[in-house]
Order: sequence, then structure tokens, then C-alpha cells
Amino acid sequence: MKTKSVMIVGVGGQGSLLASRILGHVFMEQGFDVKVSEVHGMSQRGGSVVTYIKYGDQVFSPIVEQGEADFLLSFEQLEAARWLPYLKKDGTMILSTQKIDPMPVIIGAAQYPENIVSKLRQTGANLVAVDALNLAQQAGSPKATNTVLIGILSTMMPFAKENWEAAIRELVPQKFLDLNLKAFELGRMAAAADVEMR
Amino acid sequence: MKRLMLGNEAVARGLYEAGCRVVSSYPGTPSTEISEYVAKYEEVYAEWAPNEKVAAEVAIGASFGGARSFCAMKHVGLNVAADPVFTSSYTGVNGGMILAVADDQGMHSSQNEQDSRHYAIAAKLPMVEPSDSKECKDFIKAAYEISEDFDTPVLFRLSTRVSHSQSIVEECPREEKPLKDYVKNPQKYVMMPAFAKTRHIEVERRLEALSLFAETTGLNRIEWADTKIGVICSGIAYQYVKEALGEKASVLKLGLIFPLPEQMIRDFAQKVDKLYVIEELDDIFETQVKKLGIACEGKNLFTKLGEYSPQMIAEKILGEKTDYRTFEESVPVRPPVMCPGCPHRGLYYVLSKLKVMVSGDIGCYTLGATAPLSAMDTCVCMGASISALHGFNKARGMQERSVAVIGDSTFMHSGMTGLVNIGYNKGNSTVIILDNRITGMTGHQDNPTTGRTLKGDEVPQVNIEAVCRAAGIRRVQVVDPYDTVQVEAVLKEELASPEPSVIISRRPCVLLKSVPKKAPLVVDRDKCRSCKACFKIGCPSIHMEDGKATIDPTLCVGCGLCASLCPFHAIGPQEVR
Repeated sequence: MKTKSVMIVGVGGQGSLLASRILGHVFMEQGFDVKVSEVHGMSQRGGSVVTYIKYGDQVFSPIVEQGEADFLLSFEQLEAARWLPYLKKDGTMILSTQKIDPMPVIIGAAQYPENIVSKLRQTGANLVAVDALNLAQQAGSPKATNTVLIGILSTMMPFAKENWEAAIRELVPQKFLDLNLKAFELGRMAAAADVEMR
Repeated sequence: MKRLMLGNEAVARGLYEAGCRVVSSYPGTPSTEISEYVAKYEEVYAEWAPNEKVAAEVAIGASFGGARSFCAMKHVGLNVAADPVFTSSYTGVNGGMILAVADDQGMHSSQNEQDSRHYAIAAKLPMVEPSDSKECKDFIKAAYEISEDFDTPVLFRLSTRVSHSQSIVEECPREEKPLKDYVKNPQKYVMMPAFAKTRHIEVERRLEALSLFAETTGLNRIEWADTKIGVICSGIAYQYVKEALGEKASVLKLGLIFPLPEQMIRDFAQKVDKLYVIEELDDIFETQVKKLGIACEGKNLFTKLGEYSPQMIAEKILGEKTDYRTFEESVPVRPPVMCPGCPHRGLYYVLSKLKVMVSGDIGCYTLGATAPLSAMDTCVCMGASISALHGFNKARGMQERSVAVIGDSTFMHSGMTGLVNIGYNKGNSTVIILDNRITGMTGHQDNPTTGRTLKGDEVPQVNIEAVCRAAGIRRVQVVDPYDTVQVEAVLKEELASPEPSVIISRRPCVLLKSVPKKAPLVVDRDKCRSCKACFKIGCPSIHMEDGKATIDPTLCVGCGLCASLCPFHAIGPQEVR
């Protein structure tokens, strides 16, 4: 099988490391070769962060480049705009509509672009935009935004729901397991609703 | 069992399986997790040393003592450790010894992107480089064999993309290596001129033997495919080459990257039509290949800056490009910032307000250099804040109001010696130690001031105040950086004092689990006059919404620094509103 790529982008501290580990686990359990690339250290401190997950028969490079991501999960609108070039032309972007101003915007040195979601649609990219933060809060914690996005992604990939839930059970601490499973389910429902809307 | 492992975790697993007994390291991205993972194995003693030089010396001593030993550091850490490392090349080992050095191509979290391969050549030490997590584990075992067979420490080169990528590793059981006998042998272990002269002969002989070994070791291999293109590469660049060129190129993959297998390279070059050397950073392989009289393409096509990628290689060699969509508007950058509630913020607010010259150092607090705080003038390396400020003030005769800022861990690493220099040489500088009770930037490692070891044992804390006084600094004050009024008063007092002083800005890192988080604060929109006083602290949770300051409840941790600066008392806890 040709290598498939998933990218997770967001702002440092939003939980992309756990999301990437859940994805890596699901792909490995399906018998694929897997590589996951993370960023640690300084860029984690509220900066733009990106994680790559690749799987296939044999994966060489752990990084994803422009025009290569089959799926791009974004925790934040501006980051979705920043990393759009990395999406494969027929790939799908899954966007949590949260907005977080970066420091240049906070201090007035730059403008946060308006109407990012509609501008992303205008580029012709496949886009699922969901208020995942709200769904995560419904599930019990804003920190579960990552599992909401994974819930949405799970409906678009050829693996059974049980495989995803098993990975979540394996990797999420017991204390937060129930709310993450709920967030995952809310993500799946949101994806179904998005499909109906079209 | 098969598991997905970070390269660093796989190195740790390799150490465990290879019977390593003693590990001493200083944290540094991207090497840190190796020592954290290895510390989890009961069979391995592991510690954080105060700096890389100490760590390397501990590993050298453990090797003399007959144990398989290990030491990890980032690329710039090897500069600190270089002194013992160069001479350990002469002494050789008793138990096997590996020193891992993680380069940071692209400077994800570093102040430079030096190429550590230079050290292997300069210190005449063999260097091994893995390209994924499986090799991280396997090559550690091979490196210990080399170390003991050739009586040499082995350098183990990593990079950000190998250290911080996960791939699949098969776990094996540990193979116990009994402690070797210690036999007194000053000719080998006491490096004074008479003995060192004979050891130098051994070093040169060893290098010749290693060159022969390089021809036959399984660490180097040729993957034959189309012979129109031949590529020599190692480490992460190998993965990029395979992805970009696949069956279109034959590859000589180097695992032992110093010394190089000269005959293997000659044979490979002869069988391919066009030879490329693809290596990130410096032209180290290329120079050695050209020295053999072999023509190759290298840095004439590829940059010495930053990271490579499969697309870069496909474009340069095959002329292929990948199409993609673009967002037709400029997207503001999102640089890293100090976290909401970070104790450094209050201190930097005062430094920014008083417009003092700030001699900076390496840590989370280097982020104080960015707007809007913009409160750092210089930053060179670990510990330089204090010593460079002393030089600055000796040069300019204290014309400027100036301070050094340095974290607790960095002060232990190499700040103490600079402070001794100030005390000794009649300095008059003001040094601020930002004591957040942890090594922050690398992700919360303990250090001698925290009272806990890497293994989790409680130990006496190094008393920073007492260290400063012992260095001859009589004026030592402690402030709470959340209290900007106090910080400003003490800072003015110490800047005006006619003798050197230390201000300890003490409050634990807000990300520590032991620090209780408060409820997010809210802005009373009726009271807010949009004066932007709260924007001066550069807190990522405060932004403008419909013309008024607004606090993001998902980011705010309720530290209250913004509230203390609001002239209209518009910021407070939710329940009061």
C-alpha cells in the first residue's frame, strides 16, 4: 500500500501529542509500518506546532511536505490557513473553529485574517469545520478537543470504530477515559451531521 | 513485543538491553528523553548531572570502573563536554562507553546548528548514526561492541527527526554485562605527557583498525537498485533519499560515519553512473570522498542550512515538483511565547519598563527577548549571561543600568563560575536568578536546586542564596515575580548599590503539577477603557474583542498579573462579577 499521511496542527499545549499517539496506535494495530514525528522543546511554548503520522507497507521519511497530507487536522483556524499547502489536492481538512490570536496580532503588529473558513472552502479543499472545542466541553473538558477531531477523522478512514476506541482506552489515563470516549462519539456524530448538511 | 517508540526511547531500550549500568546526562532538546526513559529501568543507575562536562566525566569514570556507561547531550552540550571527551579518546575504556550527541538541524530548539561530526574527526573517535528507532536500539548494542573491541568511547549521533520520531521497535530481554575488574594502570589512565605520548600512538593505530572494520561492519550497507544514480548518506537523510528516489537510485547507507569505509566507497562509486553525497549541514562525507579522488555532487546542489526533505531531493535530482493549494492572504507568524501564568513574565515586565540592558541566557526565559516585552539584549550560551555582563560592564565602566538573567538550572550548569568571577574580580554587576524550581524548557527535569533526583529520590537542595554568598556576593535578595511593585523596588535598589548583587526571582513554573491552578479571570467590559495596559505583559490569553480586552478562559490560569496592572480595576475573578 502506498504511504498515507495525516498531519495535526495547532498551538503548543492543545493536545496534538496524544492525538498523534492514538493515530499511530490504530495504524500499527492494523499491521502497518508507522512513523510519527513530533516537535518538543521551545516551539511547544504556545507556538505553531505540527505533528506528522504516516503509515503504509514501509514508511521512510517521518515528515509530511506540501501537497502530501491525506488528512489535515487543525485545532485552530489560523493554523489551518498556515498549513493548507501541506494538504494533498484531494485530501480532507478537519478544522476545529477555535481562534487563538498569536502574539503579533495581540500586540497589533499583524491582522488575524477574516472569514478563514469560507476562504479555505474557496480554495476548493475538502473541509469539515466543526466547533470541536464546544463539543469537547459538552463531553466534560476543553482538553478533549483532540478526541473530538479524531472522532471525525475515524468516520473517513477504513478502520472499525472499535479499533479507535481500543487505542483511546490504551493511551488515555483512566481518570479521563470516559469523557474522551464521549468526545470521540460526539466527533463521530458531528461528522455524520456534516455529511447530511452537504 | 513490538511497540511504537520515539528514537530517544529506543536508545534507552538499547541501553537497557545491552546491559548498561551507569548513565549521567544533562537535559537538552532533542536528547532529553533518553535519560528520562532509561531512568525507569531499575537495573540502570541514571542521573542528571549539573552540566555535560560533569556528565561525560561520570560516564568516563564508570567505564574505568568496569561498567558499560552512557551519557547524552545536545550538540552544544558536546562543546561543554569536549575537554574530557578529547582526552578519553587517549585513555580508552574499560567497560564500554557511549556518548550520544543530538544535533538540531533547523534549530527547532537551539541557538546554533553545528554539525557534531566534526568532533568525531577532531577527537579521533568512532561515530555511529542511526536513521530510525529500530536502528537507535540496534546501533547502541553495536556501539558497545565497538567500544570494547577497540578500547574507545563511541560517539552516537542523533538528530531532531530521529530522536523525536516514533517508529516500530521489537523489544528484547536485557543481557547482563558483569562489571569488569578494575586494574590500576596509570600508563593508560593517567594522562600526563609521558604516558599521553604513548597513548597517542594507540589512538592512531586504533583509527587505522577502525578504518578496516568500517569496510566489513554491518552498520554500513549498500542497497542496490538502478545504478544510474548512486547516493552516499546516513541518518535521517537516508530516509529522505529512500522516499524521494526509491528504486531510482542505489544507496550506500553509512551507519559508522567515522572513520569511513574508503574501499567500499571506491567500489560503490565505480558501479554507479553519477554519485551524490546527501548530508545535512556540513560537507563532511563529501570532503572525505573528494579526498579519495572521487568526483561527486554535494553541496553544489544542497544547502548547508537547516533540514533536508524528500521533496528537496526529488526536485534537485529528478526535477520533480509536487503541486499544492495556497491560502491567498498573509498568515501572521505564531512564535513561541511564555505560557499564561509564567512567573518570568512579571520580572520581564519590570525589566522592560525600566529599560535596563539585559544579558540573557538559555531557557524558557529567552522568550523574554520577543515583543512586546523585548527585554533581552544578548544571549550566547549556557552561563554566558553572568560572565558576559561582567565583561560588558568592565568595558563600559557601568555606564548602563544592566542585569544578567539566568535560570536555576542554568545557574547550576555554568552560571556559578561566572558569579565567582564577579565576586573575585571586583565586579559590580546585578545578577537575577529566575528560580522556577525546575528545568523548564526541556520539559521539567530536576536539578541540584529542586531536591529530587532523576530516579525520584528526595535529596538536600542546593541553597542558591548560600552559593551566591559563598561566591563573595554580600547583597542577595529574594523577590516574588508576581509582585511587580516589590520587583521594581528591589531592582532599583540593587542597580544603585555600589557592589555586586544577586536578586533571586522565585516562584515555581506554573506548569508544575504541584502548582494549584486558579479559575480564569474575566474582564468587566463596562470598566475596561481599552488602554491596553494589560497587553504590555505579552500574555497569550489576553486579546481584543469588539474593542475591549478579553481573556480566553481556555488559556488563562488566573495568575492575576494583568489584574495588578489594570488602572481601572476591570479584571478580576468570575464570581465577583
